[in-house]
Amino acid sequence: MTLWFVFALMTVAAIFAVLWPLRRAGRPQSEGSEAAVYRDQLGEIDRDVASGLIGSTEAEAARVEISRRLLAARDSQDDAPVASSVRLRRSAAMLALIGLPIIAVATYLPLGSPRLGDFPLAQRARAPDAAQPFENMVAQVEAHLEKNPTDGRGWNVLAPVLARLGRFDEAVRAYRNSITYNGDSSERRSDLGEALAAAAGGVVTAEAKTEFERAVAMNADEVKASYFLGLAAEQDGRGSEAASIWRAMLAKAPPDAPWRPLVQAALARVGGAPVPLPGAPVLSNEAMAAAKDMKEADRSEMIRGMVERLATRLKQNGDDVEGWLRLVRAYMVMGDRDKARSALGDARQAVANDEARLRELNEGLKNLGLDG
Amino acid sequence: MIAESGHYALVLALALALIQSTVPILGVRWRDPALMNVSRSTALAQFMFVAVSFVALVMLYVTSDFSVVNVYENSHSSKPLLYKITGVWGNHEGSMLLWVSILALFGGLVAAFGNNLPLSLRAYVLAVQGWIASAFYLFILITSNPFLRIASPPIEGRDLNPVLQDIGLAVHPPMLYLGYVGFSISFSFAVAALLEGRIDAAWARWVRPWTLVAWIFLTLGIAMGSYWAYYELGWGGWWFWDPVENASLMPWLAGTALLHSAVVMEKRNALKVWTILLSILTFSLSLLGAFLVRSGVLTSVHAFATDPTRGVFILLILCIFIGGSLSLYAFRASALKQGGLFAPISREGALVLNNLFLTAACATVLIGTLYPLALEVLTGDKISVGAPFFNLTFGPLFLPLMIAVPFGPLLAWKRGDLLGAAQRLTAAGIAALLAVAMLWAWTRGGNAFAPLAIGLAVFVIGGALTDLAERTGLFRVPFTTAARRARGLPRATWGSAFAHAGVGVALIGIVCETTWNSEYIGSMRPDDVAKIAGYELKLEDVTQRKGPNFSEMLAQFTVSRDGQRLSEMTPSKRNFAARASSTTEAALLTNGASQLYISLGETAADGAIAVRIYYKPMVLLIWWGPILMAFGGVLSLSDRRLRVGAPKPAKAARGLQAAE
Repeated sequence: MTLWFVFALMTVAAIFAVLWPLRRAGRPQSEGSEAAVYRDQLGEIDRDVASGLIGSTEAEAARVEISRRLLAARDSQDDAPVASSVRLRRSAAMLALIGLPIIAVATYLPLGSPRLGDFPLAQRARAPDAAQPFENMVAQVEAHLEKNPTDGRGWNVLAPVLARLGRFDEAVRAYRNSITYNGDSSERRSDLGEALAAAAGGVVTAEAKTEFERAVAMNADEVKASYFLGLAAEQDGRGSEAASIWRAMLAKAPPDAPWRPLVQAALARVGGAPVPLPGAPVLSNEAMAAAKDMKEADRSEMIRGMVERLATRLKQNGDDVEGWLRLVRAYMVMGDRDKARSALGDARQAVANDEARLRELNEGLKNLGLDG
Repeated sequence: MIAESGHYALVLALALALIQSTVPILGVRWRDPALMNVSRSTALAQFMFVAVSFVALVMLYVTSDFSVVNVYENSHSSKPLLYKITGVWGNHEGSMLLWVSILALFGGLVAAFGNNLPLSLRAYVLAVQGWIASAFYLFILITSNPFLRIASPPIEGRDLNPVLQDIGLAVHPPMLYLGYVGFSISFSFAVAALLEGRIDAAWARWVRPWTLVAWIFLTLGIAMGSYWAYYELGWGGWWFWDPVENASLMPWLAGTALLHSAVVMEKRNALKVWTILLSILTFSLSLLGAFLVRSGVLTSVHAFATDPTRGVFILLILCIFIGGSLSLYAFRASALKQGGLFAPISREGALVLNNLFLTAACATVLIGTLYPLALEVLTGDKISVGAPFFNLTFGPLFLPLMIAVPFGPLLAWKRGDLLGAAQRLTAAGIAALLAVAMLWAWTRGGNAFAPLAIGLAVFVIGGALTDLAERTGLFRVPFTTAARRARGLPRATWGSAFAHAGVGVALIGIVCETTWNSEYIGSMRPDDVAKIAGYELKLEDVTQRKGPNFSEMLAQFTVSRDGQRLSEMTPSKRNFAARASSTTEAALLTNGASQLYISLGETAADGAIAVRIYYKPMVLLIWWGPILMAFGGVLSLSDRRLRVGAPKPAKAARGLQAAE
């Protein structure tokens, strides 16, 4: 409401600026004219003669020249009326009173976002915002990696986070570093490819496709890479090839695979529509969550779904340290510290028998800013 | 609320500009003083609203409000405060907002201080300002709106281009824009004169201060930009004949010509139609510069973001304003009363010569800049027109101009005495010859033209001093009398002497730097020593350091001469994580007007760093010259004296000078 009040005040000030000169009919006192300039020049000649800057003969010649101009200026002095007509002033005032607000509002409304408040960073940092610890964590991890750029685990943690934040270019770099320092794996290759595709606005570029192909070469059952290879085929206009890739995936998949609906939907898109539409790809969950225009409620619901699927998977198979870390982090992002704590406890229990994994877990937790 | 208020203020400024561009014109048509006066209050209010809008954007940057796309794309929360503020115009949208703010500022100044103008002229001038402003408000709002929002703001911004994170960004663009946009006032005056169909000596007097202000700022802006490029880009070059630099040089040349031709118009009521044309051309060249830089036709440091719709929009603005004003000129110029004729050997004649050379030089630069673009569009061939072309064309045009510069101020109005002027310049000529002879004796080899060029520069400086000595009667009358006369001398005379001397000073710097510049390029490891121009530079150590939003590799050099330790220099290379890019921070050691310059290159795998070391003799003169010129401009601006041409009778007593 305050915003509209401010707008109204500003509009009134603008209208007032137009109306102000219209209140008087007469000619203003302070008006210059050419004659004034020439008279001024004549006066200056006298002063120059007095101070000895100009000789008397030259001064005389200059006076004649200026006087000639002065006369000419007097002759052409316009014979304007001193009063302005009331009718004209009224119509100008109407223009200001009606036209100005109309122009302003008609221009502002399609462009502005009056419902959005300000988001100064200081205020956001103070607010008990779910994003707050998350933001700090990212900054911490980034700072840590700046000092120890060869810490492969750190890159492992950072990369998906950057992808979720929509900083895809940086995510690509992080995945590349992760591959360099952690060694190659089909998962990392397909994550890298996904980040590349996301950076290209969802288009599976040749570069991204190469990564997916490498991933599939390493592990023929790599789900994400297969899905994206299908997507690449779809985007290239080879719908049938995409369909066959996806069909093969579904055939091999366990019945409760969480990605089943996604692939089925994609398959339906290719098979259902006679002409597949390239450029309207379905992104992976992470990339979609980063989409700017997604509604807040939808997004958090989707994230919640993802997290729940992850939790179920970890309950069945607790060996995946990285998965646990991701789960803990996800709870923290959502602002659910209790669940994060309990997940942490579960994780410790699950890997308690394995020294190496336990150490890995503790390291990862340290990187997340939690005590080890 | 800040963001939306700023946005709305910009929209209101557009609405006011539309009213400002129509109502006063109707007022003049129907001779209604109240309607004409609307121009004034709307211009002031329009400036106020743009200022609100600009301040709002600055506040958004300072508070790092990443819900604004523009802030998100060009700022970073860990950036130092100064760069948060300068980052406002370190990008396309923000710099356009600065552009219109300055446009509105000039409009507001005319409205506030234009009391000496006839009502109808002021109404026309402000209305034309209103047209320009409306066009650019629309451009900003439609294609480059800095106030667009993101519904779910990101946590961190993308940071400003590291090259721009420098104090230079705080100075160079505002200065340059004050120059570019300042010429819009002379443009508006010219169009107003054409609309009124009347023009005379008083017009030139009214427009002069505005042209002068614009010229001063443009001079400083170009010099500052050149110095910035010199120390930031790491190549030690100060002028590249880059199209963007040319885009700023062209209005400067045309503006300089305009300043001189306006003097003729003011004093002798001549060259009127030509002066009007120059006013139009100068601002047109400013607009052309904006188009070249912003449309994506060129790629350079200045092309922040390129977007075809923007290019088309600016091209449209360009066509309407340049085409419109030139057609108006074609229709009305013949109806304007021509000025008087004058003798070729006279102050007027010298100023016409100046105009011829300056406009020819401007045309050369225009051709050199546009020809490669046109060729690329027509045939697809990419050619690059660089320093050789400009040295061959621009140089020969500037040499005779420089020879003529000292003569101009010594010639009288109406009837000049070339021989007398030459006699009075004898001292300056002798100084120049001495300089040439000394340089030839001193320096063996090198460019044979360099001593000649420096001699020419000495001649120009000597000529400026001669002018002052002649007017004050120094060496002929007792010193106290001369001092009294010096105080009484019109400031404009001092101004032109300083400005002309500045040209000479800059020329000395340019010649010295290009001729006797020495360089050392090689890779160095700690404890290596490089020898250059008598200096010994030892690389002591290479260290890493962390800045607020970058990490930095520092190289420490000790500079010594003849075994004596002089100073330390620490060039560095900065790495900006947010943009994954790096900049070189050159280290400069100033000795008088000369500089040692070190910039770092890549680090090799074995730890050696590529290092470029330059010794640049007299290089600072290149920028002191323009500062002198600008100072001359300021002096001239403060002059309120008479500007009428007084014919100099043949037997005038010596020592009594023509009125200025």
